[in-house]
Amino acid sequence: MAVADSEQNEGTEHNGKGIGAYLASHLREYGLLLALIVIMVFFQVVTEGTLLRAVNVTNLLLQNSYIVIMALGMLVVIVSGNIDLSVGSVMGFIGALAAVMIVNFDQNIYVTIIACLAVGGLIGAAQGYWVAYWRIPSFIVTLAGMLVFRGLSLWLLEGQSVGPFPREFQIIANGFVPDIFPAGIGEMLAGMFDARKVNVLALVAGIVTAALIVWMGMRQRARNKAYGIEDEPASFFAARNFIVAAALIFITFKLSTFRGLPNVLITMAVLTVIYAFLTSSTVIGRRVYALGGNQKAAKLSGINTERLTFLAFTNMGVLAAAAGLVFAARLNTATPKAGFALELDVIAAVFIGGASMSGGVGTIIGAVVGAFLMGVLNNGMSIMGIGIDYQQMIKGLVLLAAVIFDVYNKQKQG
Amino acid sequence: MATLLEMRQITKEFPGVKALDRVDLKVEEGEIHAICGENGAGKSTLMKVLSGVYPAGSYDGEIVYEGETAQFRDIRDSEDRGIIIIHQELALVPQLSIAENIFLGNERATRGVIDWRMTNRRTEELLEKVGLSEAPTTLVDSIGVGKQQLVEIAKALSKNVKLLILDEPTAALQENDSRKLLDLLLELKAQGVTSILISHKLGEVRYVADTVTVIRDGTTVSTLDAKGLSEDQIVHDMVGRDMTNRFPEHKRTPGDILMEVDDWTVWHPEHVDRRVIRNAGFNVRAGEVVGIAGLMGSGRTELAMSIFGKSYGRNISGSVRLKGEAVDVSTVSKAIAAGISYVTEDRKSLGLVLDETIRFNTTLANLEGVSSNGVLKRNEETRVAERYREALATRTPSVFQKVVNLSGGNQQKVVLAKWLFTSPEVLILDEPTRGIDVGAKYEIYTIINDLAAQGKGVVMISSEMPELLGMCDRIYVMNEGALVGELTAAEASQERIMSLIVND
Repeated sequence: MAVADSEQNEGTEHNGKGIGAYLASHLREYGLLLALIVIMVFFQVVTEGTLLRAVNVTNLLLQNSYIVIMALGMLVVIVSGNIDLSVGSVMGFIGALAAVMIVNFDQNIYVTIIACLAVGGLIGAAQGYWVAYWRIPSFIVTLAGMLVFRGLSLWLLEGQSVGPFPREFQIIANGFVPDIFPAGIGEMLAGMFDARKVNVLALVAGIVTAALIVWMGMRQRARNKAYGIEDEPASFFAARNFIVAAALIFITFKLSTFRGLPNVLITMAVLTVIYAFLTSSTVIGRRVYALGGNQKAAKLSGINTERLTFLAFTNMGVLAAAAGLVFAARLNTATPKAGFALELDVIAAVFIGGASMSGGVGTIIGAVVGAFLMGVLNNGMSIMGIGIDYQQMIKGLVLLAAVIFDVYNKQKQG
Repeated sequence: MATLLEMRQITKEFPGVKALDRVDLKVEEGEIHAICGENGAGKSTLMKVLSGVYPAGSYDGEIVYEGETAQFRDIRDSEDRGIIIIHQELALVPQLSIAENIFLGNERATRGVIDWRMTNRRTEELLEKVGLSEAPTTLVDSIGVGKQQLVEIAKALSKNVKLLILDEPTAALQENDSRKLLDLLLELKAQGVTSILISHKLGEVRYVADTVTVIRDGTTVSTLDAKGLSEDQIVHDMVGRDMTNRFPEHKRTPGDILMEVDDWTVWHPEHVDRRVIRNAGFNVRAGEVVGIAGLMGSGRTELAMSIFGKSYGRNISGSVRLKGEAVDVSTVSKAIAAGISYVTEDRKSLGLVLDETIRFNTTLANLEGVSSNGVLKRNEETRVAERYREALATRTPSVFQKVVNLSGGNQQKVVLAKWLFTSPEVLILDEPTRGIDVGAKYEIYTIINDLAAQGKGVVMISSEMPELLGMCDRIYVMNEGALVGELTAAEASQERIMSLIVND
């Protein structure tokens, strides 16, 4: 029983080392959060405070919304052990489709939105079909899709930009949630914080969400304790929650002093919560991880791996369509170049967020943080006036560094 | 006749296991020397020592080749001296032509440019020598396994082979291809090539061999002159070992027939003309442990996997009945729902998601059991994992440990837990104790006895005959895709099982 004994020792040793060992085994999650903070502080300093100005924070959210939305679907696809290179083109194509339907053919906006999401789903399903049931590598199927839908958008738009959109469509991306609290409270708060104005709803939403996150974290912690599950040290838990809550309140405060909560932020937040729940707490989510972790074992455990792969791509198609609508609404026009090379940003976000190329590993929260990390880099470097040439190089190196960090970590543990 | 090769007192240890223990082997020049032994007896390890896969210094003992001490550092080293080994799994590149394969790594070239005319001409000569009438440019992919085997031999001949080692060369061959290959060996012998033939098939051994060495549990048992040798003698030497008290006590009273498989036939998924399982029929009663004995490649795993959701093969025909009623086992989830579980022989690549936790793996085949409306109940899941951890005495700090960190025995318990949680009526256990130590084996046996005591039917596939004899109420013997015999616990013995296999 020598083997079993050594395992036991390993366990107690692990507990004995406490915080250091815990940090070592969770370096990835903290590292990502830390990297985001460091980068934000860095740009805040070098841009002399421009990064975190209310208008820029709002911009940051709007600019990255479509990447975040697609990263949710991409995370699922990558965890299942596949990849989707077509999302940028599909996004552009759906934007074009929406523009043609609304501007050229005068269709109802809601009909258009539903039709566009459905077409996105169909595109995803068509690609998923070849990957799942014909076992054609997803890299190839979606590379073909990337070319096909790039071409289709060109064809649909006849090489022209189509726009502008009616106001009701634009608000998908550029609208803000109106304040429901009496104007008096806002003015009072504005006086207190020396701001021009304060959108109370935004601030309240931030505080409530922060409280909710802390409360849910504590509940989980208590439950883990009851089951004797090894948990993060109290100091880490407190620090992490404090940072997250403070950041949330800070950002919503900034938003509140500008125009309040962007509609897109609500869409993004709701989708993120839904997908975080789906991947971590449902049977179908669990099965996706099993599929990516060991396809053969998953299949021999009675999991319909083909259907699951098919669904992952269909879902990706719908989310790419949603992103396409947001993007078109934000630019207020559909152009043939929309979404060009965007799939690379999306994929990079997911890998920076800790997902594994071989599948089975990755989290929604990681992907979202990864997307914002890239977003802050983009935004900060643009404010500084760094040329697009250097921006590309720096982004590439950040991606490489993140993945090297992962591999190094894994080797050290293994 | 001079001695070509002498291996003296070869001892090879792996961490925790002595694979070879002072093995002696003496091969005379110009003979065909057969090595017989059970799976795991150490035959392949011995050949790896000889060919330099395990380099000089990693084993104890001495190899004397052509009259001088040889210290092979790697395969190239031994190949340079004319020792060529042909493995059971052929080492050909299917997408390349016969000629390209034969001269792979040994190209006929000047300054890096291949001389195709020379390559093809040499290939034609070699193919004629081995009696294969194919063009040198034919892709290896497009010829059958029997012919591929001949290509391997031609490749060996291209390297001026002095000692040809064949590891189970006929395991994948049909009757007439096997005969052709054996005749070729005799012909090569006439041309002065010495061969070592590793084989289970005693008929073949008697047909071609001059000398037989029997290896058991990593030691040489006997070296016999093949002339006038009886198969019984070889079988006796192959299996003759003491049966100590390695199995837990059990008393069983099997009930009614639980599962019945009839006329089960399966075809190979790629080689469409190869029938892998031929009209197999067997049954298992409630509270009974039924063994399936057979050699590697006899089709045991294919039989089990084809029953379990048609996970292997194509054109599957036959019927499966549970408690007298025909059940649909066309997908894994249907097979599970019908009450059948299959514990794979390859737990790492087919049984577990290694980078996930014990909890994750325990519930994977029955997520419905720990969820409502598709939402997982984490606490319930933890409780289930804990329950099986206690029941099966899995040694781990917690159920949140990744299974990759567990020992083989504990990993096997996690796989068993996964299947027990699907509440099966019948469990098919494929090599349930492969690669785990003796103590853990005993615990797995105890679990199997408990399952039978609960009235479940257990089908146990194993290459270790003592295990089947110690655990089973009945044993089916499988050979070349067919069930060739059925023995009760009382009548079963290693000799009888082995002779059913070799006399088929």
